[in-house]
This record gives sequence, structure tokens and C-alpha cells, in this order.
Amino acid sequence: MIRLKVNGTERSFDGDPEMPLLWYLRDVAGLTGTKFGCGVSLCGACTVHQNGEAIRSCSTAMKDVAGSEITTIEGIAPLHPVQKAWMEIRVPQCGYCQTGQIMQAIAMLKENKNPTDDDVDMVMSGNLCRCGTYQRIRAAVHVAAKELAAKERA
Amino acid sequence: MSVIENVSRRRFLQGGLAAGALVLSARLVSKHLMVAHGEEAAGFDPTVWMSIAPDGTVTIVAHRSEMGCGSRTALPLIVADELDGDWARVKIEQAIGDPKYGEQDTDGSHSVRSNFELMRQVGATGRAMLISAAAAQWKVAANECSTEPHLVVHRASGRKLGYGELAVAAAKLPVPKKEELKFKSREEWRYIGKETNALFDLEDIVTGKAVFGMDATMPGMVYASIEHPPVLGQKIKSYDDAAALKVAGVQKTVPIDTFKPPHQFQPLGGVAVIADNTWATFKGRRSLKIEWEASPHSVYNSGPYRKTLEETSRKPGKVVRNVGDVDAEFAKSGHAGTQSGIKIIEAEYYTPHLAHVSMEPPVAVAEYREGKVLAWAPTQNPQAVQETIAGVLGIKKEDVTCHVTLLGGGFGRKSKPDQVAEAAVLSKKLGKPVKVVWSREDDVRFDFFHSVAAMYFKAAVGADGKPTAWLQRTVYPPIGSTFDASAVYADDEMGLGWNNLPFDIPNHRAENGPADFHVRIGWLRSVANIYHAFAIHSFADELAHQAKKDPVEYLLGLIGRDRIVKLDLKGDEAEDDKAYPLDTARLRRVVEIVAKNSGWGKRSMSKGRGLGIAAHRSFLTYVATVVEVEVDAKGQVHIPNVWTAVDTGTIVSPDNIRNQFEGAAVFGTSLTLFGEITATNGKIDQSNFNNFQITRMNRAPRHVDVEIVKSDAPPAGVGEPGVPPFAPALCNAVFAATGKRARELPLAKMKFV
Repeated sequence: MIRLKVNGTERSFDGDPEMPLLWYLRDVAGLTGTKFGCGVSLCGACTVHQNGEAIRSCSTAMKDVAGSEITTIEGIAPLHPVQKAWMEIRVPQCGYCQTGQIMQAIAMLKENKNPTDDDVDMVMSGNLCRCGTYQRIRAAVHVAAKELAAKERA
Repeated sequence: MSVIENVSRRRFLQGGLAAGALVLSARLVSKHLMVAHGEEAAGFDPTVWMSIAPDGTVTIVAHRSEMGCGSRTALPLIVADELDGDWARVKIEQAIGDPKYGEQDTDGSHSVRSNFELMRQVGATGRAMLISAAAAQWKVAANECSTEPHLVVHRASGRKLGYGELAVAAAKLPVPKKEELKFKSREEWRYIGKETNALFDLEDIVTGKAVFGMDATMPGMVYASIEHPPVLGQKIKSYDDAAALKVAGVQKTVPIDTFKPPHQFQPLGGVAVIADNTWATFKGRRSLKIEWEASPHSVYNSGPYRKTLEETSRKPGKVVRNVGDVDAEFAKSGHAGTQSGIKIIEAEYYTPHLAHVSMEPPVAVAEYREGKVLAWAPTQNPQAVQETIAGVLGIKKEDVTCHVTLLGGGFGRKSKPDQVAEAAVLSKKLGKPVKVVWSREDDVRFDFFHSVAAMYFKAAVGADGKPTAWLQRTVYPPIGSTFDASAVYADDEMGLGWNNLPFDIPNHRAENGPADFHVRIGWLRSVANIYHAFAIHSFADELAHQAKKDPVEYLLGLIGRDRIVKLDLKGDEAEDDKAYPLDTARLRRVVEIVAKNSGWGKRSMSKGRGLGIAAHRSFLTYVATVVEVEVDAKGQVHIPNVWTAVDTGTIVSPDNIRNQFEGAAVFGTSLTLFGEITATNGKIDQSNFNNFQITRMNRAPRHVDVEIVKSDAPPAGVGEPGVPPFAPALCNAVFAATGKRARELPLAKMKFV
């Protein structure tokens, strides 16, 4: 029996311990905001937080998240400054990759409160967007960083 | 032809929109479309487009699919504007697939183009009826009344009534004819063409609540994933599922018949693993042992196939456009090639297959019950879902109901509903709803691929460096092969950048050579324009450099004097040409704008840096793009800047257009730098984002500038036209930076250092 916390709720799982967290979240827990894109950590659509750090849930087995606190997009209290920035800049086209992008950006901004363009490129390059919204993602990360800094000062 | 018809409230209550009082219906089915679908006008039921509830909520039907191009916002925005409604009080209801909506295939960049006037008519009709209802209540003439957002106003007395208050009375009035309607003038538009920032689904997307096809479920459903035949057309010889059935969660395996040619959108065939969850289906598949029968397509090897295409491109093909006499002009040059001051320049270009790789792989959920199918799918074409499932299961298409979710990207892949048909076939066999999920590997290997192409060019160039003759020949397996296994010519695709060269050249011939298919071929964002534009605008740049002329100046010379280019077109293309004549003044203008915006000719470029330009009209939209590249010491291509100028006629959502063209630059970067699908013995060599790379943020253009030309011309395409000029502009920039000419894609195969 694997025990973990998802978005603050205690859960247990007695299925295949090799099952990736992604499919547990989507098919078992019904949390579909986390997306399937590649299955092998190449696209970042499945990004969630494990104990606050961004991970690719498609390549993280359930046995490796035992005892962890997992946060998905559904566990982010809306509207987070990153989500607000995404709306202000109107980043999404199809929107499918954007929850993964947002989870990655939230994790990055915890570590690096004032990222340069190159910093953003380096971290966010793990998250693919076939619609090509990268310019707006970069802009939105900067907007969110400012908003978070203002919040911290307040 | 569009007709607005009244729908009785009873009919509406039987199954139309929820909670509306004023219900408007309309149908738009052009005659040729009806004929194409073998339908009679009388066979089409009127369609409900809009309703207004007593609380003032306006519900507008979105009958086209949302895959990121913005039509789900743009079309209702047009209705709301002509209705003079308050956008904040608009709800959108996604239509199911039904011919009563007319054509629903969200492709070809024509959602706004084909529906602009209809949507205006829907809105204006509602506004007229609301005004009539208010006038009757006030016992004044309708022409004494006007509207403010969501209100009818009697100007003389200042009385006002809300749309919700008027809805019930308005619903009882006769529907005015189109000729009786008063449309807003352009100056009166509140939303169309304005910076409204409207974007439906935005908050749902950023909070993870948006429902894509991947997120659709049905009660009691099982999951399925399918081991497809590795080579197109292979059938199962035998299979052993003993090990697969031992995987935790796996319930059973189910074989699916391989299609009978032509493949169309039928399931590919294979063995489905049925399980309690998606993961178990994937894991179970790893343990399947399948032996496949032979397929004639096992001969497909990309290297030798390329040689065949190129050899064909050197031989005369089917003439698709002819102006003057290129042969006579070429003959003037004599054998030495330099007599009469005429020089012959030849070049060959090659581009490989590409895969769509929308971020959401193909997926669908469907239930078969008592001869009827209910499906939820991220489809660009819900009517194709109906037709395909009806054909595969032998039921009536009216008995297939297809709901459309949001699409996690489409790019043309999701116009083909084979995965929805797979879900329906499996559901019939299993007696319960089935969700079919394709892995990324399935998606890359079993796509309807963008075609591989070889193109041959020959020009006679005068002493002034300008071409006096221009021959172009294109050879590629046509999309038609998906529908007719004997198709070898791309007759229906010549309008995609091949039979409409806008250059002012006295002798010109465009030809198409035959090619066999060995994989499924399908349309991908901007389709044949991709390779046609790459070749044409690379060749134009080659001629400019041979003439020792500035490429922009040379391009403007090729475009020549302002004129309407006479094209010899038939059918739909001829109809389009009447409404949207090829106007070289508009093409020239976008070139001039982008040259100015990029500082063309005014900036000094350091070593390894260069600018390139290309201008191409596709989907009736004029686009010019300048790309700036920097090729670093390792030979890696970086793109610090892109400038694009767009003339797409009347526009609805400027910010959406900017987003589409920013995205097109990234899409163009992917196919220019990285994109290549190859086959060995009929099997696709690539499988995921490691070996079929798309652009990541660190390789994408750092800054894309988009200028939209103000225009009152009818609206043209937006989703696709940004892609075609990008590859040639980038390759021309690489030439400017390095002196190395790319005559094939992707550039990843070229060595710059």
C-alpha cells in the first residue's frame, strides 16, 4: 500500500507500484489537469510538484512518491500570480501544455525570484508547446515574477 | 446561400439549447457543398445558433472546433457585435457534428472567412427582433429605437429595455429577411477588429479545468491502446497475448481488422489491449507478440524513394499553369547557356515527411449501443467522425453523435478521425464504452504524414538579372492517395502555392509529376505551401544573389507592377479568385512593411549574422517574413528576431492573429531546423520528441514582431499562412550569414562549420 498526499488530501494506492504518477492522477484520482504528452519526460505536459519541486509525473513511478506531498494544477489556489500573468498576456492557444508550463514556472519562481530571459529559457525549455507560445510564456513569467515580488514586499 | 429560419419553441424545447426564449436558427450550406455531400437542400434541418434567456444570457453555438486558432471565440464575437450584445453575458455552446451547420471541418484557415457574413446575419437578426419587440411594447416605430450593449433604447423618450426582458416577446415575432436587416457599419463595431482581449476558455485552461479529448470519460468505460501494424496495410498473421494478459489491470485483447484500401480514415488495424487504466494498456502492449503478414508498402525506404522523386522531377509532368512559352525562351540560350545574354539557372529542392505531433496525442471515447454510437473526441471534423464510424460499422451516420471537446492542438491531424472509429469498433465488440489513447510513439509512427516532396526549378535570366522564363515542377505523394489508392497526381493541391506564382514573368510553367504513396498522407498546417514556398522563395533568393541584387529589391522586382494576377482556376478556386483576386499591390505592401520593420539594408550584420526574406500568399492572406539568424561557432542556428507583416483583410481578433503568427514562426522553426520523418522497409524510424524534435524555447525565435495591415477586404485565413514563408526566409538568412545554400530541409543535416 502506497500512501501519499495529493493537494493536501491523504490517499492510498494498492495498484501496480510501477504505474507512473501521471496515470494515477488522471485515471485513478480523476485529476485531469495534468496532461499526457510523451510518456518519457521529453515534453513537460505532465509537470507536477513533489514536495514543492517540479517533476515529470509521466516518468515517476508510484513507488517513488510514497510519503510525498504532490501538488497538481488543481491544488494551486486560483488565481495564482502565474495563472493571472498567463491570462493577462493571453498565453494559450490550444492550452493543452499550459498547465505543465504553469507548474514548471511556479516551481522556477520559488527558486529564482527574478529570472533573466536566459534563465527562463533554460528552465522552460523542458516544456514543449507545439502551438509555439514561448514568447508569451517568457513574458508571462516576467510579469508573474514582478507580481510575486510585489506580494512579498507587501 | 444562407437562410435564417424560425424554429418553433416546441421544437427548441425538445432538444435545442438550454433555457433560451428567443431562439434563432440559420443554416448555411452552399450549393456546391450540398452536391458534394450528395444531399438535397430539403434534407437539412435548420440549426439553432443563438438564444437569449430571460435573464439576458446569450448562448451562441460554436459549430467549429477549437484547437488553438481562436475560432470558438472569434465566431461568437461576430454574432455578439452585430447583436450589440454584452460579451460578458455571452455563453458558448459547442455544437455536435451535424450537416445542419454546413461544413464543420475546422481546417483550411476558413472558419472566419466562410462564416463572417453568416455570423453577422445571426446577430443582426436578433438585434432587429429585439428592437421590434421593444417598439411594439412602447407602441413606437422601430426606426425610433436603437441599441446599446444588451439594451434597446427609444431615443426620443430615453426608455430602455434589456435584451432579457424582451426575449420572450421577440421570440414570437417573424424572423426578418436578410434584405430587411440593418447591419452595423464598420465604425459601429465594438468587438470586431478591436483589442478586446476576449478569449474563451482562458481561465479554465490555466486552472486545469478545461476538458480536452484526453480528459473525456464515460461511465463504465474501459481503456484501450492499440498495437498497430508497423507497415501500412499489414494484417495480423497470429498473435500471442498470454504475457500481456498477466499484466496487472489488463482485461483482454481484441484484434481490429486492417482497413480495406483506400485507407481513408478507417482504423489501421492491429491488436487492442483493454485494461482498467491507460498505464496497464501501455504496459500490456509491451508483452504482446504479433506476427504480421506482408504488405506491398514494405518496400518503402526513404533514401531510394527520394531518388525516385528527384528523377521524376527532372522529367516533364502534368502542366498545371502555363504562361507564354518557357521552352522557346530556354532554347534561346543555346547549348552554351550564355548566348543571347540569357543565362540558365537550375536548382533542386527536397523536403521530408513531417509529423503533426499536437501536444495531445490522438484520443477518443465512444459507446456503441443498439446500433447507435455516442462519441466524445478532440476532432477538427465531427461530421467526418459520423461518416467514418457509419462506414466502418455499417450504421447510418445520423446514428452517430459526435461531441467535440477542446483539442490539444490539431494542425490537420485531427481532421482524420481514425482513433474515434477505433473506439467505436472496440465498444461494439466489448459492449461497453471504450477510451482509446494513442501513445506519443503511436502518434509519430502512425500519423497521416505531411508529404515528402522534390521540386525542380529552371529559369532563364536576362542580362539585367531578371527571369524571362521560370519553370517549376513538383513531385510528391498526394493527399488524394488517402481517398483513392491509385492517385499519383496532386490535382487538388496545386492551389497550395503552385498554380498561383505571383511573379511578373512573361514565360512561366508549373508542372506536377506523379508519385506513389507508402504511408498515409494528410494535410498539415499550410500543407503543400510548406515545400512549395520553401522552394519558390529559396529559388528567388538564389536568383537575386546570382544577379548580385539586394534580395528585397529583387523580390519587389519579381512581384512587379501593381496588378491583379490572372489565374486559370476551376471550381472552388475560381470562386475564391473572384472574391479574393491575387492583388500584387497587397503582396508588395507586406514586403515593404517587413523590410522597414526589420531595418533591412540599414543594419550592419556582424559575422555569422544575416537577414532573409520571403513573401507568400496562402489561404488568401498575404504574408512577408524577415528572419534574422545568428550561426554560432558550433554551427548552431539561433533566431534572435523575426518580423512578419500580414494582410488578412478584415480581422476579428488582433491579439489572436498576433499569437497565431508568433506560433507560426515557432512551427516554421521546427520544420526548418529539425523536422524529418523517414521510413525503413515501410516502418517509420522516428518515435518521440527525442528523434522527431520540435522547437524548444531555447531554440525558438527570441522575439517575433507581427504587424497587421489595416484592410477592409473580406476576411481571409489566419491559422496557417504564417508558416509557408518562414522556412525560406530562415534559409535565405542562413545563406546571408554563412554563404551556404540550403536546398533541402531540415537544416540539422547541414554543416555550417
